[in-house]
Formats: sequence, structure tokens, C-alpha cells
Amino acid sequence: MRKLLLLGDEAIAQGALDAGISGIYAYPGTPSTEIMEYVQASEYAAQHNVHALWSANEKTAMEEALGMSYAGKRALVAMKHVGLNVAADPFMNAAITGVNGGLVVVAADDPSMHSSQNEQDSRYYGKFAQIPVFEPSTQQEAYNMTRNAFDLSEKYGVPVLMRITTRLAHSRSQVETRPPLPQKPNRLPEDPLQFVLLPALARKRYKRLLTLQEEFLKASEQSPFNSAVLNPVGTTGIIACGTGWNYLNECFPEGNYPGPVYKLSQYPLPVQHIQKIFEQSSAILVLEDGYPFVEEMLSGTFPASKQIKGRLDGTIPRDGELTPDIVASAFGFPAKQTFAPPPVVVPRPPSLCNGCSHADLYLALDEVMQEFGKGKVFSDIGCYTLGALPPYNAIYSCVDMGASITMAKGAADAGMSPSVCVIGDSTFTHSGMTGLLDAVIENSPITVIISDNSATAMTGGQKSHATNRLVEICKGLGVSPDHIVTLVPLKKNHEQNVQVLRQEILYRGLSVVIFQRECIQTSARRHKKN
Amino acid sequence: MIPKGKHDMKTDIILCGVGGQGIISISAVLGVAALEENMHIKQSEIHGMSQRGGAVQSHVRISSRPIASDLIPLSSASLILSVEPMEALRYLPWLSPDGWIVSNSQPFINIPDYPSLDSLMHEYSNYKNTVLINADEIASLCGSARASNMVMLGAASRFIHLKPESLVLGIKTLFAQKGPSVIDLNLKAFEAGMQASAER
Repeated sequence: MRKLLLLGDEAIAQGALDAGISGIYAYPGTPSTEIMEYVQASEYAAQHNVHALWSANEKTAMEEALGMSYAGKRALVAMKHVGLNVAADPFMNAAITGVNGGLVVVAADDPSMHSSQNEQDSRYYGKFAQIPVFEPSTQQEAYNMTRNAFDLSEKYGVPVLMRITTRLAHSRSQVETRPPLPQKPNRLPEDPLQFVLLPALARKRYKRLLTLQEEFLKASEQSPFNSAVLNPVGTTGIIACGTGWNYLNECFPEGNYPGPVYKLSQYPLPVQHIQKIFEQSSAILVLEDGYPFVEEMLSGTFPASKQIKGRLDGTIPRDGELTPDIVASAFGFPAKQTFAPPPVVVPRPPSLCNGCSHADLYLALDEVMQEFGKGKVFSDIGCYTLGALPPYNAIYSCVDMGASITMAKGAADAGMSPSVCVIGDSTFTHSGMTGLLDAVIENSPITVIISDNSATAMTGGQKSHATNRLVEICKGLGVSPDHIVTLVPLKKNHEQNVQVLRQEILYRGLSVVIFQRECIQTSARRHKKN
Repeated sequence: MIPKGKHDMKTDIILCGVGGQGIISISAVLGVAALEENMHIKQSEIHGMSQRGGAVQSHVRISSRPIASDLIPLSSASLILSVEPMEALRYLPWLSPDGWIVSNSQPFINIPDYPSLDSLMHEYSNYKNTVLINADEIASLCGSARASNMVMLGAASRFIHLKPESLVLGIKTLFAQKGPSVIDLNLKAFEAGMQASAER
């Protein structure tokens, strides 16, 4: 047994390697990125030929993992919570097809939106797809659960969802590992029609999934990760989900809880066990990170019999992640006297690096757009989103991966002129290409600026699928070669860049302007290595 | 100074600074040292956008007993260890009434409204347990200003329930791949930080 100091992300990756995966599929996204990066850095994975390359987006990742499962092998697929929106189509249908080799899907949620556009709670996706969901409290549990999740996935022939949050994903602690299992052999599904979701066949597969619900419930009730602490001193029942369990124990380090406790880390909700907690309680407090997922279910399952406290009744704030202090306050502990941060402390927001290529692009763009007024540039998700802030104030949207191109087209359809968008190279190959095809079909009068720094920079400079391919991709999609222009965003090229950009923005058809210069972070790292 | 007793040894540290100042390295050294002494440890970081020259922080909890929460509760950190003087003050709500602030005195100015150094230093005079060190200068004297993070770790080591030799092992482990000269530089910086702190 080895003892390692691992992030929650890394514990899952190590757990998956030790569970005998043959591949991991992912697109970078905070706080999930380190799952793939850990496998990429693992000598064991390299020696055992475990697939560990990035996918174009979360949907392709999910489908590739499902294909590996089809072939009989264990596959892990990892993404941030909003990535599961992109992958929702194959995710939902994989619950119907079921799996062959074990398939575990990791969704890393980001309550408090440390690095995200929303704080959606992926447990709803698990319930939506009607599959088992794991929610670890600790790094050790994340490691252990990953193996159990693969076993469960193969036992019932369904994908299993592992839901974590930033706090666990990006916190390190000791993890004891077990000897690794060998990879599975290639083995095709027994039923050759299992993965064919024609309506008549899909109906049968769906009934199978519905029949399994009872088994999933039993698995939750017998799960080693769910447990009750009964014989309480008081009558405030507590349901502690995932990291909520940690904060409960921070408040009551001796285990002297004010009522019966249920530690909940595997779903569906083990109703019978929770019933016991209800019987011993006058009121119930739900500690959960994310949405009031369990809280809502409880009020539906045990209507009006007991007071249920949590995020809905205001005992815990409706948004933001749990903290030990929020949980302490939910138990009525008096607020602590703290030192206040003095007024001399001012915010220090993130900013583009000195020498960043996006900065030179925005200086050129701002100069051109002065002539056309504010509010006519859409953008996307990446470091370049910081162009919305001073000193640039250059962009007016950041919604989801790829939305800059399609929103620019929609606004042009509505008559807005000019209609411009800025998208990164990796975001473009993630979800921008199909939108560009829409614009090609109608020769929409939009200017698509691809800020190509040849990296997925915001998540740490991972390789971008777009590198050295952008011109060919745009040509292949049907953009006129006369209006595919490549510029180099450097101070010395500023005047020329402004002139060419102005020309393309004035053009009343579709043009693509690629501002190409490598991310200075990845460039510096590369030069250091050589 | 916190008495280093044998029972229930616990250090809750808010580690802070600006993205790129080497906080992750301090955290990694503490991790190796804690494992070496068979102590429990939790290190909670925020990655992502915060790397881009913004404020960064990490909660590091080291204890002889199992640790429940990855986050340090308010008003209970025994130490704020900062590589930047304004950043240290940002996390004062986490500092326990008897806790220590150990900070680099040299500002990292990448925002237009950074406060005057006088007003910052005036603020420091309001707290009894502070150690301010010119880590940039000390690190430069050791060979490179880049080692200022290890100067700060050395300066804070007397407030952390880990043996200096374990921290030294952590530095050797962390920089092993970078060769003996980088290890020596960082060890020298660590020791110079310890000495500068002892003189306060």
C-alpha cells in the first residue's frame, strides 16, 4: 500500500488507473483539468498504454469513452460541470444503451463560480439520466469510490456519475492506494443490438433502465459510503452530503452531533435509511454543496411531517459553496469576532499577462471599433474574456463555448452592423466550427476573429486541436480564401493589423481574421525545455 | 511563538500572494514535510483564472489528528504566510487573535490603485504578532530573487509544527529534478529566512 499526497482530481485519476482503465477522455476545464493531466504524467499509464489525450470537446470525449466501453474496456471521462451540458446528448443516451466495459463520468462542479459561468449541480444530471451517482467527501473516498463506481457500472451495465466540487477537486490530502487491477480484454457486447437506439429497441432498453432503479436504490442502501450515526443526544437530524460531512465534523470534532446524522455519498436517495433519521428527529438540516437537491427531494418524500432546513428556508445561503463558518452558523454557533480586512486592501483581479497576444489584438480591435460604436463585439470563453474589463472594454458577451460566432450571426440576421466576434483557437475547434458553417451557408456579414495562441491557455496551456489547422479548417468549411486573413499581433504590426481588420469588418460578407501568436506562457515553457 | 508541544499539534496556515510568486512551491514543500512526519495534511487551492496575476491563496492545515474541513474556519488560522504585504492583510478575517502574520515586505504592484507603502506599514503596526522580512533582498543575496518564496517559508518555519529538517527534505525533493545548484540556492534562501526571522 502506497501513501500519496493527492488532489481530489488526482485521487480519482489514480483510482481509475488502479481500477484498470484503458483510457481517459476529457476536455480541459477548471476544476476538472488535473484528472487528465495526472494520467498524462503517470509512468504507469504510459507503460500500460492507457489512452490519455485531450478530446475536441466534452461530447466527443463522452462518445469516445462510450466506444471504449463498447469494446469491453474500462473508460473514464472527465469534465467540468458545464462540460456535461455539451456532453448531455451522449450522456443521457448512454444510460439507455448501457455500457459494456465500465464507464465512469466525472463532473466537477464549481459552486461559488471560482472559474465558471454558473454553479449548476450535476447531481440533477444523474437523476435525469436515472443512473447511480457518487459524491465523495474526502480524497481517500474519491480514490476508493472510483473503483467501486467501475464495479457498479459493470454489475448493472450502466454509466455511473461521480460528482465532485472545486473544494475537493483542488484540495490535497493523503491517499492510501491499493494494488492496480489489470485492464479488461476486448469483448464485444453480448447483445449486438444493445447500442442501437431505434425507437422499438430503445423502448426495451429504457424499460431495462427503469427496472434497474430498484437495484440502484439497494446499492445506495448497502453502500459503504452511506452511513448513519444514530442514538443521538438531540433531535436535529442532519443529512450531510459530500463535503458537507467535512464541515459537520469541523463543527463537532468529537462526534457529539446535536441529532442523528446520515452521511450521504451515493445516490439514489436511500429513502428507508433517511426515514429512520426522520423518526428520531424534530427537524432536519440538510448540508449539501450546490443546489438544494436532497432538500427538495425530502420535502417531496416526507411532506410537511417535519421542518426541513437548508438552502430553501434560508438556514444556509441559497448560492455559493459551503464553508465551515456557514455550517457553524446553521447550527446556531455564535459568529466569531474577526479582524476586518483594512480599507488599504484593494481587489487584485486576474489580468492578461505582460506580452499576451490577446492584448495586442484588443488594442487593434478597439481602435477599429471606435468608428462603429460600442456593443458590437461578441466573445467567448478563455483568457481573452478578460478583454471585457478595463483597459480594453472590447467585448460584450461570454455565454458558452462557441456562442460568439453564432450570436454574431444572429445579431447580423437582426440587422446589426458590423457584427464581430472574438473566439480562441481551442474554443473554435471545441464548438465554433459548426456555427461558422451556419454563417458560410448564408454568407452572413460577420467578422470572426480567431485569437490563436496555439494553446488551451486558461486551464494551463494544454495542446489545442486547432494548432496549424485553422486556415485549412476554415477553407474546408467553405469560407472564401480571399477572406481568410492571418495577422501577427505584435506592437510593430499594429498599424497594418488595424488597416486589414478595418477592411474585413467593412466587407459585407463572412470573413475570418486569425491573429496568430503563441501564448507567452507556453512559449516560455517550451524555450526553457529546449 | 507557538509552543511546540507533543500532543495535538496543529497548524492552520493561510498561504497567499500573487499568481506566479511561488505559493504552490511552498505548499508542495509543506506537503512533503508533513508526509515525512506522518502528520495529517489538507491543502486547498484555487486554480484557474487566479493564475493570471491575481490574488491567490491556499488553505494549508497540518495536524497530528485527522482533519475534517479542507477550509480553515474564520478567526482560527495560527499563521498567515504571505509573499506580498497587501495580500497578507486581505485574509485577516481568518487569523486567530493570537495568530502570526509573516510576510514579505516588498510589494508586487500590478494594479493602478495599489496603496502607498506607508499606509500598508501603518496597518501592520496595529497587529502585535507580525514578522516582516525583505525576502526579495535576502533571496537576491542568496543568488536569485526567485527564491524569495523559500526565504518566506524559512521565516515562517518557527510557527509551523514541522521540523526544519523535514522542510529541508521537502525543498530537496521539490527541486530534485532541477539539479544541485537550484537545490542549494533554495536551501540557502530557506536558512537565511529562518535567521532573519529569529532576529525579529
